[in-house]
Amino acid sequence: MKTTDSNNVQNERVTPPFRSPVTPDEGELSENELWLNMGPQHPSTHGVLRVVLKMEGEIIREARPDVGYLHRGVEKLAENRTYSQFNILTDRNDYLASMLNNWAYCLSVEKLLGVRAPERAEYLRVIVGELNRIASHLVFIGTFGIDIGAFTPFLYAFGREREMVLDLFERLCGARLTYNYIRIGGVMADLPDGWGDQARSFIPHMRRCLKEYDDLLTYNPIFLDRTKGIGAIPKDKAVSYGLSGPNLRASGVSTDLRKDEPYGIYDRFQFKPAVGTTGDTWDRYFVRRLEIEESLNIVEQALNSLPEGDILAKGQRPTVRPPVGESYAQIEGARGWLGIYLVSDGTERPYRLHVRGPSFINLTILQEMLKGWKIADVVAILGSLDVVLGEVDR
Amino acid sequence: MGIKTTASDPVYSVGLMTPESVRRRYVRSILVLCGLGLPVAALVVLIGEPYPYWERVMELIRQYSAGRGWPAWLPSAVVLLAVSSVLLGFVQGLVIVVHWLERKVAAHMQVRLGPMRTGGWHGWAQPIADGIKLFMKEDIVPESADRWLHFLGPIVAFVPAYVCFIPIPFGRDIQVFDMDMGLLFVFAISGLSVLGILMGGWASANKYSALGGLRAAAQLVSYEIPRVISIVPVVMWAGTVSLSGLMAVQSARWGGIFPKWFIFYPVVGQISFVIYLISSVAETNRTPFDIPEAESELVSGFHTEYAGMKFAFFFLAEYSYVFLASALGAVLFLGGGDSLPYLEWIPSYAWFFAKTFFLVFLFLGIRWTYPRMRVDRLMEFCWKFLFPWSLVNVFLAGLIFLWRWR
Repeated sequence: MKTTDSNNVQNERVTPPFRSPVTPDEGELSENELWLNMGPQHPSTHGVLRVVLKMEGEIIREARPDVGYLHRGVEKLAENRTYSQFNILTDRNDYLASMLNNWAYCLSVEKLLGVRAPERAEYLRVIVGELNRIASHLVFIGTFGIDIGAFTPFLYAFGREREMVLDLFERLCGARLTYNYIRIGGVMADLPDGWGDQARSFIPHMRRCLKEYDDLLTYNPIFLDRTKGIGAIPKDKAVSYGLSGPNLRASGVSTDLRKDEPYGIYDRFQFKPAVGTTGDTWDRYFVRRLEIEESLNIVEQALNSLPEGDILAKGQRPTVRPPVGESYAQIEGARGWLGIYLVSDGTERPYRLHVRGPSFINLTILQEMLKGWKIADVVAILGSLDVVLGEVDR
Repeated sequence: MGIKTTASDPVYSVGLMTPESVRRRYVRSILVLCGLGLPVAALVVLIGEPYPYWERVMELIRQYSAGRGWPAWLPSAVVLLAVSSVLLGFVQGLVIVVHWLERKVAAHMQVRLGPMRTGGWHGWAQPIADGIKLFMKEDIVPESADRWLHFLGPIVAFVPAYVCFIPIPFGRDIQVFDMDMGLLFVFAISGLSVLGILMGGWASANKYSALGGLRAAAQLVSYEIPRVISIVPVVMWAGTVSLSGLMAVQSARWGGIFPKWFIFYPVVGQISFVIYLISSVAETNRTPFDIPEAESELVSGFHTEYAGMKFAFFFLAEYSYVFLASALGAVLFLGGGDSLPYLEWIPSYAWFFAKTFFLVFLFLGIRWTYPRMRVDRLMEFCWKFLFPWSLVNVFLAGLIFLWRWR
């Protein structure tokens, strides 16, 4: 019968025309080696990253990262949404620092439109952006602690300090993770009553807690033993792989977009980019820990000099039709240079959008870094790169 | 009853915790504990040592048996069986207590409350509920696993943990069986658990489990050595390996007042205790030495492929060993059931449990403070630091004891 025939055809094993280079093959192994599949279901791959490891006992001989398990086609989706609608989707890229994603996207659209956000909105962007950077780095400190095996700092960073930042954001815009607060031409809402005081009281608390992290993690002998000298990235290699943000600064390259090409109003604030020396795992951790302090300084200065005024550019409407052209805007995200490239064809929808996700580019070095280290170091190195799979896979 | 959802419910008021409310809750808990604890404490002090009562009961049983014309060995055999089963239940009860304590201590160290609902008062019934849950769960065996080894692994890991409690003196003359070589017995039997872990890790047919099992074998065998050597000075000093004998030696007083516990013995006592404590943490597979499990690296290592009661047996073994290590530490270094001066009216078993739970608390604190060591550094730490120092300690002890016996 016809139906059984077609069933048979379906059951036949068909060799795929394309074989993923990641797929492990027993034939490639020499004696004493084995393939170990780490992820996408693994507690410390920070989402759904898959790394196929060729191991000799505990030592890594080869690593093959495999990305794409969280692919949602965000860049394609942008082509079917208006400029304002897409702002919501940028939240979902790097979901630990949504404010900064909003900011990069809005800057790019504003560049196309030739609009500039009012003074007060710029200050609010700096305040929420830096607070979000702190929250993101707190997640890093907490999860990095878990990767190393210390569970308690995670609950301090994630459950206590970050929660205070999220409470601030919740009062400000109603959301705790995907804010959609920064809008094209300004911000969504003004500060509620007493918000400034609440934010000010967070700053000394956070400074006290950093000392606690120093005791539990930063200068803990076992922590130092696990991170010092592990997975060092030399300066030239970091640059040639296109690393950015804290990962690049940890290798001793002092670049910070907030200093080098100040966007918004960053030229008005006093701060010093944190720079590491050797680029090992501990340096990447410590640079982020220092950055929390710098961000606190910026938030404090911005809160003190916050002017009165509008929060949205005059005459700004939800539907925008930028003129034909293209624009690229980048900011210093929590994980590196976060850029949005936009092509406009004059309609209310972008013709093409591209996200330069720092996590994706930072992840490319993983393959080379893991060779020769032990399986316990894999989680330390991967954790120290601080990738967010939502941004890697997009 | 239903679930309360008001703001006064402690579970929901976590977000609203103020120093004032926290203080109020702690004060209330302390009051409740005093209300319950003081009558129990009074009863304990009034009854005192249980040994005379036990003698009376045994006498009655023997008389009854003789009256019936039963052979003389029968009553002791029956009593031994009964005591063994009581011990099994007792060990599991201890595991429940230690487990609950771990959850609460960890929670309070981590600015949270831990279980608060199950059973009403501070989630006291949570471990029991967990046990029931594990008991009801489906027993999953991976298709490619070695079925027999997979089945035997947890049993081989747990049974030694239980057997080890036989020579432990829970106070003066409270012991299932007083062995002359009790200390050696405990170390010999507890070493067998490695086999269970290795079997479980190997039989799961999972690369992570196999790595975990191999790590466990390497770690436990290595740390056994400094652990045993660290207690050699105690044995040299006391001149016995019977646990009750060790306790009796430490019941004496220096200068008629200062307790003659080995931890107070100058230099040697402290070094021994620290080495014993570190290697015991390693022996019980807990952070910072939990590399066989290593949640973030090996996805729980040797027990990844275990579910239900088989998992529970590994779990029971781990917590029994925590209690066992603390109990041994109390007997060897803190005088076991010996009291502090002028507090002799508190019965010996109360002292024993107070000291043991102090050490359990120390174990929990260490676990929730430190990160995990890396596997090669762990072995280096054992062979290049603990092992030589424990030998130096034995040498030092020998010199001191030669120069001035006891």
